[in-house]
Parts: sequence; C-alpha cells; structure tokens
Amino acid sequence: MTRKHRRLLLLGLGALGLGTAAALTLTAMSDNLVFFIPPSEVAEKAVVGRNFRLGGLVEQGSVVRGAEAGTPTARFRVTDGAATITVTYSGILPDLFREGQGVVTLGALQPDGTFRASEVLARHDETYMPPEVAAALKRTGHWDPAKGAPPPATSWNTLDPKRVN
Amino acid sequence: MIPELGHFALALAFAIAVAQAALPLWGAQTRDARLMAAGPALAAGQFLAVLTAFFALMWSYAVSDFSVVNVAENSHSLKPLLYKLTGTWGNHEGSLLLWCTMLAGCGAAVAGFGRGLPTALRARVIGVLGLVAAGFLLFALTTSNPFDRLWPPPDDGRDLNPLLQDPGLAFHPPLLYAGYVGFSVAFAFAVAALIEGRVDAAWGRWVRPWTLAAWSLLTGGIALGSWWAYYELGWGGYWFWDPVENASLLPWLTGTALLHSAIVVEKRDALRIWTVLLAIATFSFSLLGTFLVRSGVLNSVHAFANDPARGLFILVLLALTIGGALALFAWRAPGMAPTGLFAPISREGALVLNNILLCSMAAVVATGTMYPLFADFLFGHKLSVGAPFFNATVLPLAAPLLAAMAVGPVLAWKRARLEEAARRLWPAALVAAAVGLAAGFGWSAVPALGFAGAAWLIGGAVVDIAGRARWSMARLAGIPRAAWGGAVAHAGLGVTVAGIAGMTLAVDRSVLLHPGESAGLGGYDWRLIAVADGRGPNFSLRQARIEVTRSGDHVVTLTPQRRFYPVQRMTTTEAAIHTTGLADIYAVLGEERDGAAVLRLHLNPLAPWIWIGALIMALGGALSLSDRRLRVGAPARRRAALPAGARPA
Repeated sequence: MTRKHRRLLLLGLGALGLGTAAALTLTAMSDNLVFFIPPSEVAEKAVVGRNFRLGGLVEQGSVVRGAEAGTPTARFRVTDGAATITVTYSGILPDLFREGQGVVTLGALQPDGTFRASEVLARHDETYMPPEVAAALKRTGHWDPAKGAPPPATSWNTLDPKRVN
Repeated sequence: MIPELGHFALALAFAIAVAQAALPLWGAQTRDARLMAAGPALAAGQFLAVLTAFFALMWSYAVSDFSVVNVAENSHSLKPLLYKLTGTWGNHEGSLLLWCTMLAGCGAAVAGFGRGLPTALRARVIGVLGLVAAGFLLFALTTSNPFDRLWPPPDDGRDLNPLLQDPGLAFHPPLLYAGYVGFSVAFAFAVAALIEGRVDAAWGRWVRPWTLAAWSLLTGGIALGSWWAYYELGWGGYWFWDPVENASLLPWLTGTALLHSAIVVEKRDALRIWTVLLAIATFSFSLLGTFLVRSGVLNSVHAFANDPARGLFILVLLALTIGGALALFAWRAPGMAPTGLFAPISREGALVLNNILLCSMAAVVATGTMYPLFADFLFGHKLSVGAPFFNATVLPLAAPLLAAMAVGPVLAWKRARLEEAARRLWPAALVAAAVGLAAGFGWSAVPALGFAGAAWLIGGAVVDIAGRARWSMARLAGIPRAAWGGAVAHAGLGVTVAGIAGMTLAVDRSVLLHPGESAGLGGYDWRLIAVADGRGPNFSLRQARIEVTRSGDHVVTLTPQRRFYPVQRMTTTEAAIHTTGLADIYAVLGEERDGAAVLRLHLNPLAPWIWIGALIMALGGALSLSDRRLRVGAPARRRAALPAGARPA
C-alpha cells in the first residue's frame, strides 16, 4: 500500500465517521426535536400524541391534587394570558412548583384536549421566569418589556384568558 | 481596605499579563534572551497578584463584608463557614476570578516545571498564556468586577442559592475549572509550535503531561457534578444532557482524543498537524463552555449571569482566541510535512479510530447543544433537544469505540495483525460474551450489551497488563507507569459503563403514604414511620423516616428531607441514599396532604459504579502522569534515547 493509498484510506475513514455522525444527527433530529408551544398556539400547532413543551403560568387556584392507585397525581391549568390548557401529571411536583408561577412541562396533547405531562420543570428560584414563557407573555400582549419588569405572577390569572377547554 | 487591595491586585495582574504576553513573544521572535527570560518571572508575578485578589475576595466572604456588592448578593451571615468560603465561586464574578486564578496558575506551573523546555518554546508558551489571561482579566475588570462596593451596606446578604450549599458542589467548580483551564497549556503549546513552525516527538512528550493533568481534573470535575445532580436535584438521574453538562463533556471528548493522538506524536512522530488542531479545538470548547454558562444564553440550572454585555465581551474574546489560533493554523500548518507511515491495522490506526469516533461524538453533542440557539436566532423557533436525541446519536458511536478500546493497546506499532490481537484477547472476549449472555437472559438487550462492553473493557485491560508481564513478577514490576495508567483508565471506563448499564435497570415509583403504611419496590418493603419538623443552621426542614426491609429483615432507615431556606424563600429536596455497593436505595420526600406524604422511591442498580469508575479513570491519568519519562524537567535517564528533534535546554 502506497503512502497515497494510506492517506486516502485515512481520509475515507474520517469521512465515514463524520458521515455516520451526520446521518445519526439528522435521523435523531427528525424524531427528537421538542418544540416549545405556548397555550395560545396549541390549537394551531400541536399534534395529538407528539411530544412538545408547554409552558406558561400556573393559573391561580387551578391546582387539584389527587391519587390514582396509590400514585399521587396533579391537575392544573397553564395560561399565557390568552388561552389556558389543562395539564395532568402523575408524580412528585418539583419543589418550586407554585400557583401563579412560570412552569415548563414536557408531554403530549391528548385526544380530549388536555395535556398529559411526563415532566414538570420549575427548578429555579421563585422570581425566575422561563425565557420561553416570558416571550409568550410578550407575544400575547400582556407584558411590554419596555415598561419594566413583568407584573407580579399572581395577578396573571385575573387577566381573564379565553379558555380553550 | 481588603477589597480595594484585591481590586488593585487584579488590575496589577492585568498589567503583568500584558507584559507577560508581549515581552517573551517579542523576545522569542527577535532571539533576545533577556526578554525571553522575563517570561517565567512575569508568569509567577501574575499568579501571585491574581491569587492575592482571589484571597481578598474569599476574605470578604469569610468575614461577611456586605459592603461588597458581590458578597451582599451571594452570602449571608448565618451561612456555615464552609459555604461562605466556597460561595466565593458560587457566582459569576467570583467564578470568573477563580478561572483567572487557575489560568495564572497554569502559567506559573509552566514557568516552574518547564525548565527542561527549549527557552524559545517556553517563552512562547508563557506568552500565549499571558495573552489569554490578559483577555480574561480585562473581562473581569471591565464587566464583572467582584470588588464593587455598596453604600450603605445592607444589614445582611441575600444568601447563596441553597442548591449550591452542598459539599459536592462546593468543590465541583474548582476541579472542573482546573480541567477546563488546564487545556490552555496544550493550547499554548500548539500555538507556540505553530509560530515556530515545528512539531516533533519532543513536542508530543512535552504536551502530554499537561494534557493528562487537565484531563484527569476534568474527569473528576464532571464526575463530581454528575454525582451532585444525582443526590441534590433528587430526580434519581445522573446525567441530564443539560447544555451546561454538555459544555463540560465537549472538551472532555476532544481532550481524550488529544491525549491519545499526542501518544502517536510522541512515539511515532505522526499525526502532528491533527494533534495541534485537537489542542486548539479542546481549549476552544473549554472557552465555549465558559461562554455558554457565563453569558446566560443557555437556559440551565447553572445560568446565574444574564447580562448581554458580558455575553458579547466573552463572544468577542472567544472569536479572537479561537479565530486567531485557527488563522495561525491555516497559515502555518501546510508548511509542516506529514510524516510517519503506518498500516491501517496498527496501534496508530487504532488511535486514529479512537480520534475519529471521539470527535464524531463531540460533533453530535455540539450540534445538539447549539442547535436550539441557532434555531432561535435564525428561524425564531423555540425548541429543545433532549436526552432521546443524545442517546440516539452518542450511543451508536460509543459502541464501536468501546469495542476498539480493548484491541488498540494490544496492537503493535506501525503494523499489526488482527489474528495476533485475537489470540491475546480471547479470554476477555469469552468473559464479555458470558456476561452478556447471562445478562441477556435476565434483562433486555441494552443492559446486556452494556455489561458485556464493561466486561470487555476490564478484561482487555487485564489482558494488556498480563501480556506485558507474561507471568513474571520482575516484568510486572517493570511495566512503565504510563502503561499501567492507560490500563487502569480503560478499566475505569469499564466500571462506569457497567454503572450506566445498571442504571438502565433502575426502577422508581411515586406513592402517597400515611404514617404506618408501606409500599413495595424492587423486592424491598418501604414503610413510612413518621414525618417530623426540624431545624438546620440556616433552614428549617421536614424529615420523613422510612424503614426499608427485605423479607422482614431490616435493611436501613432512610431520612429524606425537604429544606426551606427563608432568606431565598426556596425549598430544596435532600434525597436519602443508602448504597450497598451494588445498588442505591434512594428516597425523596415530596409534598404532604391530609396527613399523607408523597414519596418517590428509587432502586438504582450499580449507580455508585458510575462515579467510582470516573474516579478510577482520573487515578489512571494521575498514575500515567507520575511516569518519570513524562516529567519535563526531570533529568532524562537515557539521554541517547531522546528523540532527534529535541534540543537540550
């Protein structure tokens, strides 16, 4: 094998490695990209059964805790000020989960229009608002960043959002 | 007074760093011995100055000087002293100062340990380190001064995020940073070599110990962070593919590749240009990690800084450092003729395969980590890339890497025969197959493959050492420590792989229990005895007592807690973990309702092996580092064996 052949072989191996990596990336991306959808865009964008991240504020007074077959469950509504979606979740809610606060949940829309969450993320301090949620609030016109900090989270559900379900 | 002293020391350090960058580099270019000789002294001076600043800040934390903004925002008088001290780096400004301290320490280390290096090379390495340090010190001084004062001082501070008040996390940043920053030395060596236009076997020998040290520290730092996430976040998982975790994994992957390709440079004088590029890439990923964490562009548990000005400054710093190094590479690398011939089946070939696979893994992890950023900037899509993506892309690349890892060390340099490798490796293959089959009957394919891979790696390491010793104690004792280190590190990865495979069999269950009731999980009976209140130094707590029994025999009493930190108005979960060595019995206390407590129970098989394996890997690195042949400055025992390209210092 000549020097040139060897170099070609090395180059080929490198290209094969990168090619495999690229192919793996593309296939995995088509299946595993998770979009963030705020409640007001769920009707338009969400596909029943496909995972996405739903985020907004937990509506004041909407949390109902229960238990199914010994497993704790929770049911609450998530709002972005323009629409709300009912979320069901079984498991332990995170420490920082509170009514009136920003939350991001991962799960899928059910045929009955509720959202079944497999993960609930609320892992920052209580003044923290997830950036996606902040952006959604800005879009629905409930917060103009030019006018300063967002209004207190507890007042969000008094904005009378139109209910989706 | 002390904070002003610190501020002054920081500014002084910047001035020294500028001199450290300018004088030795200029001296090396004009062959001015006096200018070159200034380098080591300036590097030591810079380290002293930054260290003074660092201890000034630590002092302000220790005495709770709330007239310093940084202390007022991140500390509290009631916090235990350990967390007051470690709180020094629990915030943006302090951690940046820690970063600068480490970087200056690297410069001082090169000055101190690098006496055996050629004068010009050492001057250039120290100069490049000074250049990087000057950039970061300027960043600290202009956008993130930790010594800003506050008047009037508040009565008390705002406290450190309670999640960070933990021994594991107290020492995770220093280790991780030491790893990140340690790669700056390899980077400086690469840039210096490009300036000189010469890379040879001696260069490989000089770069390797620095890379090894950085790699071992980074391995330890990542493991400590993962362990912290496991017990402190209370989700029962050990790796979340969080962007910041990925940011630390990227330099680890390319750093591992660098570690191996530097061996080829040292032993065979081949892959030189590639190794230089890897050294640049590894430190670039370290910088990228810093940028991602410090700029707050990524949404993560770690993102405590959210200031666009800082993000922009780091981005410019990043672009200058990486862009400058790559431009230099593009200019100088074509002048370095490729050398070293080897057959595809050879030790070099195996190391090339290692590099290709590790870099491919780094590429997919980087893509998955950065894609949400680009999708947001370019298309305005808010999306995230989660664990399924990384599992689907990284595992298929990791599998052939593990398969090849045991083969590589038993192949001969230059030209090897696979039959010979097979003849030596059959015991390892047999053990792996037996373990895989046994596991396959008990569980599904994925853990079975994982256990087989783990057995293959550990068996391969044993075969490697046994093959060198060939049943002779004298030969066993004569095996160089570098070879031991490699075998130990490979076996360590095997232990970690076994732990990861074990964790795919983890089970968990959320239950709602009244005191006296019990639930079953994983063959254990978990009975809630009581939930009671308690107090800690700066928090109040609720604590559950859970008695775990197995067929009537007492195993352990677990006491998971929920802590409430009044200053930050934050609740944290303290998981209770009992390890048997083969499994972790793990319980988390959730909320309470109507006298019943929500509990999450986990049984995590082989969980501790993940971190034990990482520790073994880091120890393997340290063992290899202690090899006399690798220590620059140690008198070479066989002068004649010195590679032809090396010049006596």
